[in-house]
Amino acid sequence: MLDGIPILTFITFIPLVAALVLMITARLSKPDSRAQIERNAPMVALWTSLFVLVLALLLTFSFDRTTADFQFVEEANWISDGIKYRMGVDGISVLFILLTAFLTPLCILGSWRNIKKRMLDYMVAFLILETLMIGVFCALDLVLFYLFFEAVLVPMFIIIGVWGGKNRIYASYKFFLYTLLGSVLMLAAMLWIYYYSGTQLGAPTTNIEVLINDLKIPGGPQIWLWLAFFASFAVKMPMWPVHTWLPDAHVEAPTAGSVILAGILLKLGGYGLLRFSITMFPEASVTLAPLVFWMSVIAIIYTSLVAYRQLDMKKLIAYSSVAHMGFVTMGIFAMNVQGVQGAIFQMLSHGVISGALFFCVGVIYDRMHTREIAFYGGLAKKMPIFAAIFLLFTMANVGLPGTSGFVGEILTMIGAYQVNPWIAFGAAFGMILSAVYALHLFRETVFGDVQNEKLNDIADMNARELWVLVPLVIMTLVLGVYPSLITDITAVSVDNLISNFNAANSAVAGG
Amino acid sequence: MMYLTIVFGPLLGALIAGLFGRKIGESAAMSVTTAFLILSAVLSWVALIAIGFGHTATDIELMRWFDVGDLNAGWALKIDTLTAVMMVVITSVSSLVHVYSWGYMNEDDSKARFFAYLSLFTFAMLMLVTADNFIQLFFGWEGVGLASYLLIGFWYKKPSANAAAIKAFVTNRVGDVGLALGVMTIFLVFGSVKFDTVFSQVADKQDLVLPFLGMNFGAIELIAALLFIGAMGKSAQFFLHVWLPDAMEGPTPVSALIHAATMVTAGVFLVCRAYPIFEAAPITSGFITLIGALTAFFAATVGLVQNDIKRVIAYSTCSQLGYMFFAAGLGLYNAAMFHLFTHAFFKALLFLGAGSVIHALHHEQDMRKMGGTYKLIPLTYIFMIIGTLALTGVGIPGTKIGFAGFFSKDVIIEGAYAAANGGIYSPAMIAFTAGLLAALMTSFYSWRLIFLTFHGKYRGKSDVLNNAHESPPVMLIPLIMLGLGAIFAGLYFYKYFVGDYAAAFWAHSLPVDNAYSGTGLPPGMAESASHGADVSQSAEASYAEAGGDHNEDDGGHHEFPAWVIWSPFIAMLTGFIIAWFMYMFKDGAAKRTAASMRGEGGVLYKFLLNKWYFDELYDLIFVRPVRKLGDVFWKIGDQRIIDGLGPNGFAALASGAAKRVSKFQSGYLYHYALVMLVGLAAIIALVFSATGS
Repeated sequence: MLDGIPILTFITFIPLVAALVLMITARLSKPDSRAQIERNAPMVALWTSLFVLVLALLLTFSFDRTTADFQFVEEANWISDGIKYRMGVDGISVLFILLTAFLTPLCILGSWRNIKKRMLDYMVAFLILETLMIGVFCALDLVLFYLFFEAVLVPMFIIIGVWGGKNRIYASYKFFLYTLLGSVLMLAAMLWIYYYSGTQLGAPTTNIEVLINDLKIPGGPQIWLWLAFFASFAVKMPMWPVHTWLPDAHVEAPTAGSVILAGILLKLGGYGLLRFSITMFPEASVTLAPLVFWMSVIAIIYTSLVAYRQLDMKKLIAYSSVAHMGFVTMGIFAMNVQGVQGAIFQMLSHGVISGALFFCVGVIYDRMHTREIAFYGGLAKKMPIFAAIFLLFTMANVGLPGTSGFVGEILTMIGAYQVNPWIAFGAAFGMILSAVYALHLFRETVFGDVQNEKLNDIADMNARELWVLVPLVIMTLVLGVYPSLITDITAVSVDNLISNFNAANSAVAGG
Repeated sequence: MMYLTIVFGPLLGALIAGLFGRKIGESAAMSVTTAFLILSAVLSWVALIAIGFGHTATDIELMRWFDVGDLNAGWALKIDTLTAVMMVVITSVSSLVHVYSWGYMNEDDSKARFFAYLSLFTFAMLMLVTADNFIQLFFGWEGVGLASYLLIGFWYKKPSANAAAIKAFVTNRVGDVGLALGVMTIFLVFGSVKFDTVFSQVADKQDLVLPFLGMNFGAIELIAALLFIGAMGKSAQFFLHVWLPDAMEGPTPVSALIHAATMVTAGVFLVCRAYPIFEAAPITSGFITLIGALTAFFAATVGLVQNDIKRVIAYSTCSQLGYMFFAAGLGLYNAAMFHLFTHAFFKALLFLGAGSVIHALHHEQDMRKMGGTYKLIPLTYIFMIIGTLALTGVGIPGTKIGFAGFFSKDVIIEGAYAAANGGIYSPAMIAFTAGLLAALMTSFYSWRLIFLTFHGKYRGKSDVLNNAHESPPVMLIPLIMLGLGAIFAGLYFYKYFVGDYAAAFWAHSLPVDNAYSGTGLPPGMAESASHGADVSQSAEASYAEAGGDHNEDDGGHHEFPAWVIWSPFIAMLTGFIIAWFMYMFKDGAAKRTAASMRGEGGVLYKFLLNKWYFDELYDLIFVRPVRKLGDVFWKIGDQRIIDGLGPNGFAALASGAAKRVSKFQSGYLYHYALVMLVGLAAIIALVFSATGS
């Protein structure tokens, strides 16, 4: 159906084109028609993102799940012979594209009335962000990947910096500093690989497929390269102890910014680990897996405990995100089917659940303009629909079976258990703590009697807010009851990933 | 189709009531949920008859669920006798509780929500017992935890209800982690989580040793122990029992359904369902016996002195669950299930009866402020007496005449004696002793409850008494039905659960030929039967053996001694007499309650009243450290160490960087960012093209 159509380029760049059109027409038009464009910008952005969603669905349905090869591959000359514009998807990346295309329209709809200034710029920022995020998952060239991967930060940086809260500057600064550190190391590692590929393969290249399949990097450098890439991915995840930028960024970001941050940006790190670290540095991955395991378990327990003590709703959820990402890294480095499938599932599921939780916070923040937990209490009486939806996502966050949260957690734990029971034990301990902090938040905000009289007239969710949250409710439940929707698509690619990984390591062990 | 209706009817009811309760109105929501539950209950009885008597066990695959590598677990309904018994218990009690709630919750303003929760709970519980694999079992397991959380915290404005709800959920989660690890170990060892596949391979893995947390364990023992930790949480066994008494914060019908008849028995069900694993794990089974015995004893001691009518019954439940576990630990799985079955009827009866009392006295739960109410609520009184007779196990030893608890409890106690096989220090003998002591205390606290509530002079506020009224028929009908169960369940069903027809009835869903009798007749029943006429030779032989080992208590009897048969009866009678003397004789009730109100009492009394200080201990060793650690990690770990050395330290180092950063204006930021983006692209392009081919 999609033969001959550069579908990935379309999906990736349509939002950018829409953004440019919005910007340029607004610049060129007279002041009164400019106001008109400003008013219509959200509608343009919404329809654009919905169109992208349709394309992403088409892509997913046309995707051949029986092969592990990259599909819909496009290639065009770019910087040099070795560095080309190369796009393509496999079973792992195609679903992240869908997740991005799914969350973006919700973010735009969720921001409809809450953005008080520079609406057009805001929509432009989100559309550009969508392009860059999808680009990350499509890129089949290391340089192209890096460009998207780093550029994603820019609109995010702007969204926090322009539409953020009081301490947005400090948050942006911290966010920037951490990611810069990781990026520089990764860039250096990429350069090394580029040169090395020249010596090994005749001509230097950054073609990801070639690097993965043909380039054999000796064990010593693998460790250093692995660490350099890991520095960048660990910050993005974020893993303990480089996680402290996340709570600040979340607190300052506007609601939709938090949703994208938690929903997609945090997944870039995990995606990178799967796409590069495991495949290009298999030996180093085995050597350093224990390090990742322990960092994951510490993240799960440490950040869960910290989450429990937070006074700000968004910080609590942000810390809980770090804990949930701990399950992802644990699953990836278990390097067995359940672990990796679980990690991918957990990333997608967390994208939905944490996105929904931030929307829920946004709903009451829009009404009361505070995220302080102590301010609330007794919302069940005033906002029964909100209470029910928030309960569902709280339980999904806790990993209750029947929600998608359970599938990812149990699969990654089953995966890790086969490698190291201690790790699974620690992660399972996190299951208790997640109940502690999530139910604490629910109790303090939704249960109890209404103590604060400012809450007396708080209104329940409106239709627009329901339109944002109901799709997330459906996704959470459908994926919880029928996870094969995802695992069937990823299965072949994951099997291939694991068998290549094992082959690479047994070759080393054998030779 | 019938099974689908049984299981998914309640879900449908819950969804209708929960989602559309406002639209269709409260009474419509209540009618829909109740109708679905009654339908489920009727069909469950049909199913029990079809399977228990007709042997048509079946396994229905519904849908794929987990299908990841070797890990396959579908949504399925596995229906055998064990499941059918559980379905009957669940749907019968649940439908009666639905009906009862029409009256009990009459004045509440969110009835649709309440009924939706009740039905949701029922669905989760049914999914638990119909699972054909461990992961679906876990779904039901946590699903009932959720429903329990919602129902305990149903009156969400009460801080104590919220605290109790969280305590229940979190304590259960501790057990759930054990269960989850058990399931993971099962997958690691067997490569499957399906019951049939796993159980058929147990023998092959008998000698497998697994390293776990730095130690080596027998794989089967490890699995059994982890599963049992799950069971301990759900069934409120010693160490993880702390949530059950607090769960009484929920509306009383909830206590009857969840915290007496169904959810708390899920642990017993798990051990019975996974009996091939537990049979192959003698060490863990011994441990189960000890924990069960300890719980039976401990909970009974605490029950002796509680003043809240519901808490007495809650501790009683805890104690009775202990009986079920030590029976299961001793391999008497069918006896455990028998007690589960009869207990469901009489304990639900007691809770609903207590609810009727509370309803009559305008939500007074303190027995010290009751007394002399039997004239006002005579029907409730009669049903409470029936429940008490059943709980305390009244019956004529050596015959087959008695209330429900008489059959099931005596089977367990006598079974424990037989299992001890003369060994005084064996877990079985400890269980036997604990069982007898608990029976004595059960009788005491049960009659104390009756005497304080219904007899003597009224001790509360007079206006409450003047307005006291008997409950409406909608509440009394469930009491009648459960009363019939409390009277006849033992009498009628003992031959199927533990008697002559047990092997045919259970049809391999449970082992009935256990090590102690080898006949299909558990020892207790065989013993009773021996007074009748028919007992098989091998059973005779095994008893001769059991009695043959000389022991002190035995006093040299060589037959299965008569005192063993009579001892539960004597314990029960003793408890009754002590209670009578303390509370009915010479104004004992008035004096003792007055003393209790003044806070008087000896050390032992205080120790028991404060539930062995478990809450205080757990607060000290778990709750506070968790808070403290959270604060330390946050304020010192994150803020001082990581941020201090990281971004903030960096800012301080790069002199004035922080100042410059703070000068960022939002408008300029936009430009900065664009510059960054362009710069980034340029750098990459330059670096690569300059050095490239």
